[in-house]
Amino acid sequence: MDAILLQILNGLDKGGAYSLIALGLALIFGTLGVVNFAHGALFMLGAFCAVTVKTVMSIEIVTLDPTRQTAWGTPMEIRTPYIEAWLGDFGATLLDFSVPLSILIAIPIMLLIGVAMERGLIRHFYKRPHAEQILVTFGLAIVLQEIVKSYFGANPIPQPAPDVARGMVDFGTLVGIDAGNVVYPAWRLIYFLFSVVLIGAVFAFLRFTTFGMVVRAGMADRETVGLLGIDIDKRFTVVFGIAAVVAGLAGVMYTPILSPDYHMGMDFLVLSFVVVVVGGMGSLGGAVAAGFTLGILQSFASMNEVKTILPGIDQIIIYVIAVVILLVRPRGLMGRKGVME
Amino acid sequence: MSNLSVLQVNKRFGGLDALRDVNLEVKSGTVHAIIGPNGAGKSTLLNCFVGRLEPDTGSVTFDGKSLLGIKPHEINQAGVSRVFQTPEIFADLSLIDNVMIPAFAKRDGAFTLHAWGSVADERDIRATAMDMLADVGLDAKANDIAGQLSRGDKRRLELAMCLVQKPKLLLLDEPTAGMARADTNNTIDLMKRIAGTGVTMVVIEHDMHVVFSLAETITVLAQGTVIAEGLPEDIKGDPRVQEAYLGGAHL
Amino acid sequence: MTRKDLILLICFIVAVLAAPVILEPVGAGYPDLLQKFAIFGIFAIGFNILFGLTGYLSFGHAAFLGVGSYTAVWTFKLFSMNPLPAIILATLLGGLFAVLIGFICLRRSGIYFSILTLAFAQMSYNLAYSVLTPITNGETGLQLAQSDPRVLDVAFGRDYGAVLPSSDFFGMTMTGYPGFYFCAVLLIVCFFLSIRIFRSPFGMMLRAVKSNQNRMNYTGLNTRPYTLAAFVISGMYAGLAGGLLAVTDPLAGAERMQWTASGEVVLMTILGGAGTLLGPIIGAGVIKYFENIFSAFNDGILMKAFDFLPETLQHVMVSISSVFVGEGWHLTLGALFMLIVIFLPGGLMEGFDRLRHSFSSRSGNDDSEVAASVKDAPPVTGGRP
Repeated sequence: MDAILLQILNGLDKGGAYSLIALGLALIFGTLGVVNFAHGALFMLGAFCAVTVKTVMSIEIVTLDPTRQTAWGTPMEIRTPYIEAWLGDFGATLLDFSVPLSILIAIPIMLLIGVAMERGLIRHFYKRPHAEQILVTFGLAIVLQEIVKSYFGANPIPQPAPDVARGMVDFGTLVGIDAGNVVYPAWRLIYFLFSVVLIGAVFAFLRFTTFGMVVRAGMADRETVGLLGIDIDKRFTVVFGIAAVVAGLAGVMYTPILSPDYHMGMDFLVLSFVVVVVGGMGSLGGAVAAGFTLGILQSFASMNEVKTILPGIDQIIIYVIAVVILLVRPRGLMGRKGVME
Repeated sequence: MSNLSVLQVNKRFGGLDALRDVNLEVKSGTVHAIIGPNGAGKSTLLNCFVGRLEPDTGSVTFDGKSLLGIKPHEINQAGVSRVFQTPEIFADLSLIDNVMIPAFAKRDGAFTLHAWGSVADERDIRATAMDMLADVGLDAKANDIAGQLSRGDKRRLELAMCLVQKPKLLLLDEPTAGMARADTNNTIDLMKRIAGTGVTMVVIEHDMHVVFSLAETITVLAQGTVIAEGLPEDIKGDPRVQEAYLGGAHL
Repeated sequence: MTRKDLILLICFIVAVLAAPVILEPVGAGYPDLLQKFAIFGIFAIGFNILFGLTGYLSFGHAAFLGVGSYTAVWTFKLFSMNPLPAIILATLLGGLFAVLIGFICLRRSGIYFSILTLAFAQMSYNLAYSVLTPITNGETGLQLAQSDPRVLDVAFGRDYGAVLPSSDFFGMTMTGYPGFYFCAVLLIVCFFLSIRIFRSPFGMMLRAVKSNQNRMNYTGLNTRPYTLAAFVISGMYAGLAGGLLAVTDPLAGAERMQWTASGEVVLMTILGGAGTLLGPIIGAGVIKYFENIFSAFNDGILMKAFDFLPETLQHVMVSISSVFVGEGWHLTLGALFMLIVIFLPGGLMEGFDRLRHSFSSRSGNDDSEVAASVKDAPPVTGGRP
């Protein structure tokens, strides 16, 4: 029982990341009809927003402390981040919380990037065949990836979680099981909750605002919406921007779990596409449900008991499910019939 | 006799009876029109003929073989060719290529790995295709790209593609839809000539001028059932038909 | 074969055989790079038969490349260092793998097909690194060893003694220029086969698949075997390319099977011109040239290139261009790819075409036969290639 609970928890943070990226993908595909192979790159860019924020906040000033000496007899250098120097303890706290704080920076930046992408490139490909959309966004993903690589280097850059969240949470006691049996890293739990909140926000926006209603209508039947005289173009830009922000924030908060490197976009992209397909390409709920389900399934597949029966299953379980779904029920678990069948 | 026999076909979509007890017999070598107001079930019926839909009950047989539930290429192999509401042609290929492909299919069957020989060497197929293009009046444009044709010409090309296979049954789904008067008349002439060669034709049409120029028998569908069937003169004066068209069509 | 095609083939043969000489001035005349041109040219030709003709975009072809490589190395280990059995088996196994994967993936079309191939590529890659390590030797890659059985070699009395062997074709070593010519001959054969396929009724049917599958079905043609045949043919080409990779450098690694490696052949085909005869080979050549030459540029070379500029301007140009060369050559490639897809979807061949037309219309001359056949002759009468 404990093991099962642990595996479920294990799958939730990755599932959260998949869900957030897949949500953006499904939104873009469902509303704009575009297959966006650059979506993983947006996730990666978000992660590197966090890296940049931390780097900037960590810029140090060097002062000399005459009271202490190095081995050579010169005064010792004290390196202090500007933030701490200016704001003292509060500054140190800010630095500690650099990852969550990056959210504030990431939102406008990702929005800008999303809008630029949509305006500059994506909108010219609405009418072009899916294959060309895939190709040009694939090219864009490579370009973004390489720009990041040339600037930040090829090595992963670890980002620490805030001190508060660095420990483990005894999940067992929270749900009434014996203490010490189900222990889980705090930040990963926080990530799961964060992803739920973010997903909830997107759904709430779609459900409770007029804008959201138009978007949902557009997803169901774009032609009619256009015929009703609603200017769909501007809304497309906003939708793309929202999807970019969601992917970016997913990336920001994921940095303590997986050290950002330039390649992470591509790594997550394939899996996210698989998630979207399993959930149903026009379905937002499907994308989210499939994301968490596949994350948990992957986690279960990596249990030793399972691996002894089916070696290597953890590597391929997601793909196997995708293949089965695509063959048996191509509209996905929650897709609408007739969409891309 | 290569008759198209439709017996007791019923089809429901959810709560809607799309087709109810439809019976239809198309005699070999005749031109049979199916008309009816919008929503009557004409397209649904046609889709049952071509393996796209399977009726809940009933049978559709042609030449003794059932057409139900078989794949499109098998439908064609059974001697049935169809024309679509929007002409379906190979838009990026040339006209001669468009007609050669069905000619190859007729000669070689559903699949052959004919990967060594050159198309340029296939003189017989090319000659057959050119003749067919000449028959429909498109031979001057043989090397043009099919996508550039006018709608009327696309329709003629599509008919050529069907005819080069010498089909036994030709299904036409609103062949003159979207055409101007001149194009429509040209298409009617072409269809008359086709009928003259003895091909069985089933035409779904809205344009009464087309129907009365061509049809030997007319079946009238309304709300999923056959409300009248017979010779054109009889249908013209039939009060049920006039009522079904909401105040009478201009017959 | 038409006269145009024959001239094209002859020109191609001459260009390939003389490649070491022709490419020397641009620094591409050395054997390693030439081998890569030939090998990836073969890979791209095969991929083009699937993507260029039928329009099916597969992101999984690198898996066949990997299968070819592993097969070849295993043949070296088990049977003989002679490249012939290695590449024959590599081609066959590539084809077999393609039958299996294609049978499943081709049940869907369009983007679903692409994602299916992606899934299979990643599955193969992951399995190669984990469960299949007995066959693939995981991260280290499959290597030759002195103790390999090599039964055929032993039967024919060939003993490599205490040295780690390299492949040799009946005594002719496979490294260096002889290695290149071995690959070049195969490239020519593959190119010739692709011409025949393009001009055949089969090729015409593949184009029909891309143009209108619906009409094709209602014309009595079963599209599934056609697409599967194209998929398997391209898989065999890929297997052959993978085998040749191992022949010229007997180390097989799983990174060749990642879906991003598949992306490379997609780039090559589109860059050169999908659906054309020469396009894929040109694309392969350009990308491999970039990869090897561009990536070797450093600031020193750039400084010399911009020597003619005043010093501040020189430094500015160097710092701008240094982003795009050396390590950044991928960036250039990605940007170039985007430009092609946006502005010149027919690739470089379309670019040459437009240039040629703008010149000939200006000068008012008709194209000579030879000039026309350097590009592609139309596949059948009329129509674009």
